[in-house]
Amino acid sequence: MSERLRMVEAVRDTLGAELARDDDVVVYGEDVGEAGGVFRATQGLIDDYPDRVFDTPVAEAGIVGAGVGLAATGMRPVAEIQFQSFLYQGFHQLAQHVARMRSRTRGTITCPMTIRTPYGGGIHALELHSESFEAGFAHIPGLKVVFPSSPAETKGLLTSSIRSPDPVIFMEPTRLYRSFREEVPDDHEIPLGEARVVEPGEDITVVAWGSMLRETLDAVDDIDASVEVIDPRTLYPLDTETIVDSVKKTGRCAIVHEAPKTAGMAGEIIARLNEEAFLYLEAPIERVTGYDVPMPMFAREDDYLPDADRIEAGIRDVLEFG
Amino acid sequence: MPEETVAQFHIRSVQVLSEDETVDDELVPDLSDDELLTVYEQMKRSRRLDERAIALQRRGELGTYAPAIGQEAAQVGTAFALGEDDWLVPSFREQPALLVHGTAPDAVLQYAKGMEEGAEIPDGEGALPPAIPVGSQPLHAAGIGWGEALQDRENVAITYFGDGATSEGDVYEAMNFAGVYDAQTVFVCQNNRYAISTGIEKQTNTETFAQKAIAAGIDCVQVDGNDVLGVYRVAREAVEKARSGEPVLIEALTYRRSMHTTSDDPSAYRESEEESEWEARDPILRFQRYLEDRGILDEETKGAIAERIEEELASAIDEANERREELDPADMFRHVYQDLPPELERQLAAFEAEKGGEGE
Ligand SMILES: Cc1ncc(C[n+]2csc(CCOP(=O)(O)OP(=O)(O)O)c2C)c(N)n1
Repeated sequence: MSERLRMVEAVRDTLGAELARDDDVVVYGEDVGEAGGVFRATQGLIDDYPDRVFDTPVAEAGIVGAGVGLAATGMRPVAEIQFQSFLYQGFHQLAQHVARMRSRTRGTITCPMTIRTPYGGGIHALELHSESFEAGFAHIPGLKVVFPSSPAETKGLLTSSIRSPDPVIFMEPTRLYRSFREEVPDDHEIPLGEARVVEPGEDITVVAWGSMLRETLDAVDDIDASVEVIDPRTLYPLDTETIVDSVKKTGRCAIVHEAPKTAGMAGEIIARLNEEAFLYLEAPIERVTGYDVPMPMFAREDDYLPDADRIEAGIRDVLEFG
Repeated sequence: MPEETVAQFHIRSVQVLSEDETVDDELVPDLSDDELLTVYEQMKRSRRLDERAIALQRRGELGTYAPAIGQEAAQVGTAFALGEDDWLVPSFREQPALLVHGTAPDAVLQYAKGMEEGAEIPDGEGALPPAIPVGSQPLHAAGIGWGEALQDRENVAITYFGDGATSEGDVYEAMNFAGVYDAQTVFVCQNNRYAISTGIEKQTNTETFAQKAIAAGIDCVQVDGNDVLGVYRVAREAVEKARSGEPVLIEALTYRRSMHTTSDDPSAYRESEEESEWEARDPILRFQRYLEDRGILDEETKGAIAERIEEELASAIDEANERREELDPADMFRHVYQDLPPELERQLAAFEAEKGGEGE
């Protein structure tokens, strides 16, 4: 059985399925109960599971920190942080406890918690509702960082995240929530740490995730070359092998993200290619990213975000080099 | 040691002008007719700004907007107790207080158009920009109240936040800092009964929000937040206390009559009967009847006020549209540091080259 769903419906569908499958799963966060979440990603869940779906006080440190305790008792906390930047309010709990509990206790107490959070620009939201801090999360040892880029990917990756023995930050691109429908299989698991070759090609490798994958696919449409597009899907653990193999084949690479350039994930990917594919490179690797400025409010967000034109120009620069 | 009670507390609750228009003559604040009319006009001014803003948002001319409809007494009554040099530290629903304290309506509109320009603070205005992260700004007000005290100045900071915000640890930290450093700070918790969809009964197990101050060791008072005379009364007392280094928390009991923001649909979580009930308890209506009964407000004055407000709003909308037209996208690079660091300089150059290229 499968259904054509939007991404936000795929989130809801997955949460419902995991609540049904595992009595230890609890879903909680601000406004996720009665109202069904500000994006309606949890709509109706409280009706089916009134004892395991909770509207919380407005307290992100509480949401993240209480997850440590819930997990210690054997539950599987699946928390929603209403917008990614409000995870900063729970950052100390995340970095000091969620990520470290396993190593501090040498595996005797663990934190199999999933934190879902909408991220990214493109929907003309309020200030501080459009951030992409993935590099910061990937920099915290102990966390897995997961990015769905379509409804079916959401189903497979969220299922695996909830079932993961380790804590996961699950970054949901707001602008893809309702942008298209896709066939979403029932009972679908995508292992965390495996990239997807979205489009195979020979001339250049382009790496993009989340909402930037869609922009990249648009850009590639206009390019008269054979482009291999890779969606890493998880940024930690990162499937280095798939990216390295691709670059060994193409000799050229561009990396796209909407987070600021400096210390962004593109830098990490370039470092790995430097370590493992340096001698195969025929051109410098290009970064098409946001700028080193606070994510602007929406009057300037289109100027900040990489779009198909900018990505296309970046890819052309690499293709034309040498 | 035998068991004994070592601390006890009580919460004072104040109302001056009741819903059935009875007035507590002992508590009624000493305001001239002109001042009363100014208070009324400020409430109307903010109400109309919110109404126009919602309409503009629906037409696609503004982004997400958080109306303060129903909360005008709680905000105007408190902000009216401030002096010109006092500080206002708002969250994101503070149009009534901002307008009283001197923010121009076009700044509110620019911010709602997604322009950083709307958060520029004009010279001499004691205000911080809107704080979107819930409960984050009371700490800034604690710091201001502390800094003013350290410099032997008399200015106070007043900060606004909601019932939901009190669940954030920062709000407790703010009150505790204020208590420890005798900060010249007034905290205003607008208990409008909702944090988006979440009702106050899910927010806390305490009976009042005022008592959140007890644990921090600072003074507190609850007031009928739809009674502008009561609010002004407690605010004036609180501001005086804060000036002498005694921080205060005011809990104003009110109701968010409108949507949380223009992205919200309250019918998903509350009954329209509840909304109608609070429509009848509207703070502007109550105060208007009071002024009319006393012959302070007549039809002619009402008309003149409405005319002034509409005129001001029309030019504020024009002004905001003009600023939007003139918007320079490259500005996003120019205010991140005092001096543009080399990497940003390179990024700006690339940005400008790309934008230049587009026009070719
Ligand atoms: C730290 C943080 N968490 C979550 C949000 C999303 N959010 C915006 S307003 C709001 C509810 C705030 O309720 P309350 O403090 O009662 O203020 P009100 O909106 O009623 O004025 C929430 C959860 C946010 N802006 N900041």
